[in-house]
Amino acid sequence: MNPTLADFGHDNGWIVALKVVGVFVFLVVMTLFTIWYERKVVARMQVRPGPNRHGPFGLLQSLADGLKLAFKEDIMPLKADRVVFFLAPVISTVCAFTAFAIIPFGPFVSIFGQKTPLQLTDIPVAVLLVLACSGLGIYGIVLSGWASGSTYPLLGGLRSSAQMISYEVAMGLSIVAVFMMAGTMSTSEIVNAQAKGGQGELFGFEFTYPGWYVLLLLPSFVIYAISAVGETNRAPFDLPEAESELVGGFHTEYSSLKFALFFLAEYINMVTVSALATTLFLGGWRAPWPITQLGPWVNQGWWPLLWFTIKLLILLFVFVWLRGTLPRLRYDQFMRFGWKVLIPASLIWILALAGFKTMNNENLPGWQRGLWIGGFAVILLAILLWPRKRPAPKLPLEEEVAQRPEGSFPLPPIDLQVPVSPRAKRITADREPVQ
Amino acid sequence: MTAIDVMLSAVGLVAVGSALAVVSTQHLVRAGLWLVVTLGAVAVEFLLLRAEFVAWVQVLIYVGAVVVLLLFAVMLTRAPIGRSTDLDRPIGPALLIGAGSGLGLAGLFAWVFRDMRVNPPPTGSAQRVGEAIFGDWVLPFEVLSVLLLAALVGAIVLSKKDT
Repeated sequence: MNPTLADFGHDNGWIVALKVVGVFVFLVVMTLFTIWYERKVVARMQVRPGPNRHGPFGLLQSLADGLKLAFKEDIMPLKADRVVFFLAPVISTVCAFTAFAIIPFGPFVSIFGQKTPLQLTDIPVAVLLVLACSGLGIYGIVLSGWASGSTYPLLGGLRSSAQMISYEVAMGLSIVAVFMMAGTMSTSEIVNAQAKGGQGELFGFEFTYPGWYVLLLLPSFVIYAISAVGETNRAPFDLPEAESELVGGFHTEYSSLKFALFFLAEYINMVTVSALATTLFLGGWRAPWPITQLGPWVNQGWWPLLWFTIKLLILLFVFVWLRGTLPRLRYDQFMRFGWKVLIPASLIWILALAGFKTMNNENLPGWQRGLWIGGFAVILLAILLWPRKRPAPKLPLEEEVAQRPEGSFPLPPIDLQVPVSPRAKRITADREPVQ
Repeated sequence: MTAIDVMLSAVGLVAVGSALAVVSTQHLVRAGLWLVVTLGAVAVEFLLLRAEFVAWVQVLIYVGAVVVLLLFAVMLTRAPIGRSTDLDRPIGPALLIGAGSGLGLAGLFAWVFRDMRVNPPPTGSAQRVGEAIFGDWVLPFEVLSVLLLAALVGAIVLSKKDT
């Protein structure tokens, strides 16, 4: 009943065309909606109304903005590399659209009498395709930064290439755990694998574990979510376009439709990583638990499209929530977090998971399992809690000055005390009760 | 000659042509972009040979990470827009070595496989690649990973400040 890998590649030409148009329209509408949604939610978080002039609830705001952008002057900087300057937004947008081709929207539906899965296509290595597309999407940003022939865009492009490569590694590693559990990289098969919970056994207890990988592989989901925010250049990781430091980052010199393409690509990427998170961790298009009690119809026909969209919107809300809550990280903090926390954590988690799967395959008795798990935990704790090298004792000022290298000047000590501003002083003085 | 053969040759020509463009263009960053075309064409060759997994890994690693890092390094040091005049080297030795090794390898392959008929293997899935690497080729794989580890440690040692 549920679509598997073998069900793809048999569609008529016009059904494929219809699906392509469907995915395209879905993405463009989602982009327009998400921009409005983001502005509205952030506005509510900041206690102001947000866009409310165009259409009901201001829903047509992003459409109006898009039309306005299209009629603006297209500026080409004098020093730009013309070919690459034009190519960069095209690369960004094409990669963003392509990645969505393998996202499953639902099970079999009938379109004008033809039974077909509600998914453009599926290949045995479908998730790799998404990763490859996001890898290619980096070019759009790097090249736009370089081709503008200007300093701020170049800095933004450099930042984003380093950032996206680092977080792509963490993202790929977090997905590996899903591959290991599902035993496949095809998205429709991964959704099928989450349909039913399985039987597990730990320390002699038999239990049924739930099917969604968000519960089963929680560390992977957390790492995926963090690296997805880094991968899509969203706040608090929006360093490539940090407004306070880089004007607009890589798209500073872009205007008119080319700028609109970058905007489109950014929001489509947001939708794509949310859709991938839904597919890989949240059971895909399947209805969540209380709804499944209503009957088998909830997972048939066109209904799953609704559940899929709801899950997508919840994840997009989290993106907006993060933007509304967290301040931007400093660049070095951000890179250190990616390389020194996320990647080692996912490696250890994959190792632990692989060990657990091997124990299940070998059918070890309970006490041996306990021994292995305990040993692993002890080693992990020992590494984490290993005493650090003590920092060198701080010398008194006179000795430091005496030890300075030959021929150098003594530096003033860094002990600047910021004086309290007169205004703050006045306020405290006002608050203090007069004796 | 089937359609696949024609496409293989056409994509192969694209790969070779863009590889020539990598070394002949005077725009530094565009050389990197031509390299993307070359590696992408090789990925398409893998796809045409039904090795899907290898093709997407090629895109993911080489196009998506290695060349981006290369461009990153170029832009970090110097990334002039327009022609660079100081990139040329004397053409003689390069032509000798490049053409010699290229033609030599091509001739060697043509001579070794001249009478061989290879049936197209089943689709190259991740499972088959994994079985091959961790079954028949596990020792070279481990040696390679030790080599990579050594390179990693070397990079750290080189970049560490003398204290």
